[in-house]
Amino acid sequence: MKDKIAEKLLLVIAFSAIGSLLLITFFIFQQGIPLIFKIGLGNFFSMHWSPTRGQFGILSMIIGSLMVTVGALVVGIPFGLACAIYLAEFSSKMVQKTLKPIIELLAGIPSVVYGFIGIVILVPFIRTHFGGPGFSVLASSIILGIMILPTIVSISYDSLIAVPNTYREGSYALGATKWQTVVKLLIPAARSGIVASIILGMGRAIGETMAVIMVAGNALKIPHSILDSVRTLTSTIALELGYATGDHRAALFACGAFLFIIITILNIIAIRVTGRRE
Amino acid sequence: MNRQKMMKISVEQLNLFYGQNQVLKNISLEVYDKEILGVIGPANAGKSSLLRALNRLYEIDYARISGKIRLDGENIFNIPINDLRKRVGLIFATPVVLPGSIFKNMSYGPKLHRKIKRQELNDIVADALKAANLWEEVKDRLYDSASTLSGGQQQRLCIARTLAMNPEVIMMDEPCSGLDPISTAKIEATMLELKETYTFILVTNNTKQAARTADRTAFFLAGELIEIHKTKKIFTKPDDPRTDDYIRGRFG
Repeated sequence: MKDKIAEKLLLVIAFSAIGSLLLITFFIFQQGIPLIFKIGLGNFFSMHWSPTRGQFGILSMIIGSLMVTVGALVVGIPFGLACAIYLAEFSSKMVQKTLKPIIELLAGIPSVVYGFIGIVILVPFIRTHFGGPGFSVLASSIILGIMILPTIVSISYDSLIAVPNTYREGSYALGATKWQTVVKLLIPAARSGIVASIILGMGRAIGETMAVIMVAGNALKIPHSILDSVRTLTSTIALELGYATGDHRAALFACGAFLFIIITILNIIAIRVTGRRE
Repeated sequence: MNRQKMMKISVEQLNLFYGQNQVLKNISLEVYDKEILGVIGPANAGKSSLLRALNRLYEIDYARISGKIRLDGENIFNIPINDLRKRVGLIFATPVVLPGSIFKNMSYGPKLHRKIKRQELNDIVADALKAANLWEEVKDRLYDSASTLSGGQQQRLCIARTLAMNPEVIMMDEPCSGLDPISTAKIEATMLELKETYTFILVTNNTKQAARTADRTAFFLAGELIEIHKTKKIFTKPDDPRTDDYIRGRFG
């Protein structure tokens, strides 16, 4: 009898989690989509965002999000992969046991702290050494690159570790060096996990808001260099939702719906890629 | 019979430790050029450890070693490790096919050591597969995944892959332990054909296999080399009673 009650209770709780996800999805789309049809797809994906004049084109923000995300990957992939390969193949058990939790701890630091460090250290550094306002694509890319490290490192590490040891022995027995074994055998064998880690890191970079608002400068234009200020989709939602009404508010929800679709697609790709290993 | 056989590998007072556990105790033996040396003994006798010492594969297990090992008179610790492992190939008990096609498995080793033109690579792959008696079975499906082969074929693929490296010594660690009698017979036949060209060290749990194929046989017990003699002598009148007991199946 008690078991039955517990089971039903857990079922309700589980479904309420899924239910809230469904509600969020429904709400975003219900609020945002009508506006896209009202102003037309062409206008929605145009350059002009000027809510007071009823212009809701999100192209410059899409480009902003894209640049910042690509920048984050440029920073995050080499460091993340190098770190995962070092931990999985070159370091001693001791180093692994200390470093991996520390890297995973990076994921637990609130994004506002990353933003704060960006403002205090990175932005002035870029301003004095490279010029420009300092609040820039470059600053956002570096901060985001560090923020996606835990995702890339831990998933890539897990997939490298999952490569059977017999492969390594077989490769060494054929006279391969450690480095040859990593490059020619282990990375190809762990490819699906590595790709998944990159896609999930990408999703994280696109969705990140607070840290980016703090270091990106948020100017509403298409940046011409990595030292220019930039505004992303998520920043726009966070910055404007507080005072937006009517169509403006709906337009922000439309941005959210667009992001939602992009991130869902990335997650589906990541799941597909990892699933192929089996 | 030529008494003055060329010595290929000499092992002097070899000790091997995994942590506190000594798995090889003061082993001294010689392997002659172009012979099949059988190595028999019960589990934990140190047979596999001997092979892993000879190509220094024990190093990836963080094991410690003392003693001398020479290949053609040269200290193996002075030979660059990838050259050593190219010259002294090892075939595992469970066939280790690498992910990817049959061709990729075959070309993996040769491509590690130098740049090879495609045509030459094709020839190396074909020759090695022919030598391992696998060519006829796979020549039309070289680009299929290697894991689609049967267990016996996979093991012959591993042998072919080692041959493609053009080694001098081929060590086999219970190569037929998971195979059916027909696959076993094929591998033994391959070995006897190739013995003209290569030196073999065959570790086996199957004493009959050593009796069938080996020129000389060494009997190991608990990390010690009990005796090493012509196979016929080991199987008919061994010096040590423990060898006799093992061969007659009284233990092990």
